[in-house]
Amino acid sequence: MLALHGMAWLLALQSLGELLARGMHLSLPGPVIGMLLLLLALRWSVAREPVAACANVLLSNLSLLFVPVGVGVMTHISLVSQYGLRMLAVVVLSTVAGIVVTVLTLHWLRDRPTASAEDDLHA
Amino acid sequence: MPKFVELWVYLSATPLFGLTATLVVYLLAQALYTRLDQAPWANPVLWTVIVLAGGLLATDVPYPTYFAGAQFIHFLLGPAVVALAWPLWQRRDELRQRWPRLLLAALAGGVVASGSAFLLARLMGLPPEVSLSLIPKSVTAPVAMGIAEKIGGIPALAAVFAVITGLVGALTGRYLFDALRIPTDPEGWAARGFALGTASHGIGAARALQVNADAGAYAGLALGLQVLLASLLIPLAFRLL
Repeated sequence: MLALHGMAWLLALQSLGELLARGMHLSLPGPVIGMLLLLLALRWSVAREPVAACANVLLSNLSLLFVPVGVGVMTHISLVSQYGLRMLAVVVLSTVAGIVVTVLTLHWLRDRPTASAEDDLHA
Repeated sequence: MPKFVELWVYLSATPLFGLTATLVVYLLAQALYTRLDQAPWANPVLWTVIVLAGGLLATDVPYPTYFAGAQFIHFLLGPAVVALAWPLWQRRDELRQRWPRLLLAALAGGVVASGSAFLLARLMGLPPEVSLSLIPKSVTAPVAMGIAEKIGGIPALAAVFAVITGLVGALTGRYLFDALRIPTDPEGWAARGFALGTASHGIGAARALQVNADAGAYAGLALGLQVLLASLLIPLAFRLL
């Protein structure tokens, strides 16, 4: 029941986000504006508890939500058979580059690692 | 035998089929993944997509017929993006304290991922609309589709690239982090999770969440931040260039 309340919050804010995006010609997508609005709404406990219940269910099953789009790869079979290997190479290389740059940036900027963590690393 | 074919033709044409097939195959893949100690190569999204796409192609069921049912799951991506405010809110104190370095890491990772994808695609001779569809690939699929549409890419292709990007992150993350000797203390886990969320959105974040709670929280945070940065900056960059 609580999660249902949370769903109502999420849908209402997404709708509001869509309206704002269209009405004011913002370059942000509706759900993203909804996310920003929710960030403000979470100051109130009326929103907090139901949203927490619903967000935990949605976010812990997030990977399921990508399946329908992923299956859509079958509609691009001709592109895939023509450029498949090159597209895969681009995706793999750029993703690895993105991960490496992000993690190294944080690693270099971090507070000094504790002695025990250093030991773990070289153990 | 003809009776079975008739039944299959009937069943595969109702929305019930796409929805049931998606959920059942995913749950089986998830069970297998757990049984295999969550080995990266056993990723449930990867195998669900392979089984479903293969099955549909083999039985000549067109994608729109499948999607008529699967759209009910697809629809939840919108509310899920809104729900990303929750992990951001939960970590607001840390965020307030560490925002300069997190923002810097998110920007650096996002720019490198998008920029290198576009440049590599052009170098390898991929068509312009394919190269443009590769730019928003490190953002979660529904947002990637919107951005691709704005900059002249193909939305459906952008969504597929986003899903593959997520899988690449989920599959390679652990090996990359170990090779770079990123520690496994709380701050190291935070960095690992943040990198996965930045470069491989929801699918990377789902993987991070299964491995470690700190990594999962930071992946959720990075995913939300990347959605915000990419949907602001990518269209802006195109307007200026």
